[in-house]
Amino acid sequence: MASVTLEAVSKRFDSTRAVEKVSLAVVDGEFFALLGPSGCGKTTLLRLVAGFEAPDEGSIKLATEVVGRPGWALAPEKRRIGMVFQSYALWPHMNVAQNVAFALRVRRVPSVERQKRVAAALAMVGLEAMAKRRPHELSGGQRQRVALARCLAMQPTVVLLDEPLANLDVHLREAMQQEFARFHRESGATFIYVTHDQAEAMALADRVAVMHEGRVEQAAPPRALYREPATEMVARFVGRGMVVPVDVIGREGPRLIVDLWGERIAVRGEGSAGEHRKLCLHSEDLALTSRTTGTIHGHIAALTFQGAATLLTIQPNAEGASQLRIEYTSAPPAVGAAVTVMVRDGWIIPEGRMP
Amino acid sequence: MVDAHPADAPASSRRRWASSGGETFLVAAIAIYVVVFAVWPLLRLFFEALLPGRDGEILGLLIGEWRSAATRTALVNTLEASALASLLSLVIGIAVAFAITLTDVRGKAVLTFIAMLPLLVPSQITALAWIEFTGAFSPILAPLGLAPKPGMTNPLYSKWGIVLVMGIEHSTLVFLAVRAGLRSVPRDLVEAARLGGAHPLRVIWSVVTPLALPAILAGAALAFVTSIGNFGIPALLGIPGRYSMLTTLIYQRLQGFGPRVLGEVAALSLILAALAAVGLLLRALLVRRGRFATEGSSAHLEPFGLGRGRPVTAALLWILLVVIAVLPLLALLAASLSPALGVPLRLDTATLDNYRFALLEQDATIRAFRNSFVLALITAIVSAAVAVPLAYLVTLRKNPFARALDVVADTPYAVPGTVLAIAVILVFLPPLPILQLSLYGTLGIILVAYLGRFLALALRPTMAGMDLVNKSLDEAAQIAGASVLTRLWAVILPVVAPSAAAGALLIFMTAFNELTVSALLWSTGRETLGVVVFTLQYEGNSPAAAAVATASIVVTLALAGLASVLGRRLPEGVVPWRA
Repeated sequence: MASVTLEAVSKRFDSTRAVEKVSLAVVDGEFFALLGPSGCGKTTLLRLVAGFEAPDEGSIKLATEVVGRPGWALAPEKRRIGMVFQSYALWPHMNVAQNVAFALRVRRVPSVERQKRVAAALAMVGLEAMAKRRPHELSGGQRQRVALARCLAMQPTVVLLDEPLANLDVHLREAMQQEFARFHRESGATFIYVTHDQAEAMALADRVAVMHEGRVEQAAPPRALYREPATEMVARFVGRGMVVPVDVIGREGPRLIVDLWGERIAVRGEGSAGEHRKLCLHSEDLALTSRTTGTIHGHIAALTFQGAATLLTIQPNAEGASQLRIEYTSAPPAVGAAVTVMVRDGWIIPEGRMP
Repeated sequence: MVDAHPADAPASSRRRWASSGGETFLVAAIAIYVVVFAVWPLLRLFFEALLPGRDGEILGLLIGEWRSAATRTALVNTLEASALASLLSLVIGIAVAFAITLTDVRGKAVLTFIAMLPLLVPSQITALAWIEFTGAFSPILAPLGLAPKPGMTNPLYSKWGIVLVMGIEHSTLVFLAVRAGLRSVPRDLVEAARLGGAHPLRVIWSVVTPLALPAILAGAALAFVTSIGNFGIPALLGIPGRYSMLTTLIYQRLQGFGPRVLGEVAALSLILAALAAVGLLLRALLVRRGRFATEGSSAHLEPFGLGRGRPVTAALLWILLVVIAVLPLLALLAASLSPALGVPLRLDTATLDNYRFALLEQDATIRAFRNSFVLALITAIVSAAVAVPLAYLVTLRKNPFARALDVVADTPYAVPGTVLAIAVILVFLPPLPILQLSLYGTLGIILVAYLGRFLALALRPTMAGMDLVNKSLDEAAQIAGASVLTRLWAVILPVVAPSAAAGALLIFMTAFNELTVSALLWSTGRETLGVVVFTLQYEGNSPAAAAVATASIVVTLALAGLASVLGRRLPEGVVPWRA
């Protein structure tokens, strides 16, 4: 009923390409996150879906209706979608109940029905007692709840959320995340959620699209994004992956054997013998060991205390090798100490081939 | 870690506007307003002035005026008096702004208000007040033995009189510009200089002044342009002193010969407008440089401590401000209370007869109060009603057509009022196309000119208020399904209403005392307050003129006080004289 489909959508501002040939199919009822560093085009993409911008190329469909095509966009006020703004965008001259009721008034929902829906929306976010308050009398978390209630009272089939937690304290974010998950479940609406915080995206979304320089690098469920990144950018961005160059030696059962700085290690992924490829490693793929074969020799370059674990930064001895990171829970070796690193797992990035 | 909203980029003009019919309608409606009240009259004037002369010579009107000795004299006088007056404005404005902004003198709010008085008091009343102040029967100078002897011509009826009064009247413009310039100097630059070992005077000379210089010069340029277009002061001082300036020359021509010399006065107006345009261009360039110099400013400047020098500085500042802004008004008040010209004012001779005559008995004055009130009220309300949607389309919707309209809407206020008045006569003297009736000789023609002229005055505070409205408030209402008109009414108007109201108040105060435009457009029974003050003085009834002037100042100052109270809850920049 309310899928969102983008086909080869591009949007430029002057010479900057904000969104570049993006194709996405968000299915009905999905919780979809747009993740990326600032300036990657995720907010522009959301504004294209909302109708604040018209695409330069491509088309945008809500369910089966085309709402955006080159140079034209169906006005936002005619799209019947909900949106939660980063600034909350609560109207300062209206109280909480009036804020929530506004869209229903505009749509000429009869008074009795309107009051019922406002009360229900406020009950859902636990703000019945605040109905007569003005926005400036509320805390940040309460304002966020009002914004959400205002959006839900419209009973939209598509809800857009633009960095809704960016202005909240860390401890409030977790609580609000759970609220978002609950609302998504209870409303059954399609959610498109823009964030630069990967933990937020991973925790909430059914699928996450990682954006970079206006393009979608990869759209996949969170686990696949982390374990099987499609590009080097995704590998580095998600879970602080390390990317190192390897030469493929050959396949051994389910595993691929590659050469990393002169050592043979077994990893996941596809590749044929002789290829130069890139390998994605996460810190939990690595461990200190006393073995001497199939291991990487190096020394401790730096220690960063992180509470439960200490982050070891290791400089391998091989020439031109980049640093590795390991989270280490026991008492760490001293800076400068010689160590041996075992590679337990890794993923060959499918993107392009090295020269 | 927030995405910069790319929609704020200027390039969002890429957007196609056909998607919102309501917005197109709104832009079209405002465009019609701006064209009827601003573009059409001014273009008409432009082409009228370029017409051939009576003998068919190309550009004959303009060449004829250019060759005329009277024009030459008026042109030279205008340039000379305006240049000298802006020099005086510059000296006073800088001294007052530096003393109030950069030092720790006490009572800054009161001092700022007094420094603002010359701007709040309309120029014909300032001129009147100075005539009383320096006249033979001056209640202040005569007891001190400083007044000219009775029978001598008032020394103000001369070039230097015009320079003095105009220089003081426009010193407030320099004061405001300099103060804004000084305030925008980043504090850390000053602190860095002091840590580097520089004495405060050295800091002011080497750091603060160079950074504020573009703003200072822009203020002087504005004073110059305003002097060129001033009518009230040359009319009250220059006409009796036989010192002709362009604005008074146009007035006297039209008064003497009527509409048949419209072509000639249009040519004169074009010369006047060209002078103003050069000044405004200069100012725009200076303002742009100033913005560049202090980009990315930090906190406001902290004033320097004067130490033992404080009482002396404060005393000098008070004396200066009281002499230029307060004493003339007191002289005016005294004149309004004196029984007859030349009778010394004492407690036992003071009388309210002049007020009774002017406010209760003379029909023309009563009419004028009513006319000015109605004109100012309608102008204020209509201008605010146009300014809100226009500011909304420009600021929040970034509509390219609205942006162009915004620039055009400033023109009727930027050109001298005399020019606009002639332009309005040219268009609205002939009968209107369908109605077959002429606005000339009715209040309608004054209203038309006011509607064009004062829109800019409502736009600025409304824009300042609109700038602070987060764009997402509008977008959220859009998402909620509200059309442009619904959003304007239910979301935008309530949020910017105080700023728009401040603009309306500003217009009311200005229009209520307006003279320059109405002096050329009034007719018997259709007088404005400014015209009545001018006429009473012209006819030699200066006590009555003083009474009407005092009464209208009381109204103006009461409104200014109201705006100040209202202004405390408004964003910075909405009420111009707020300390």
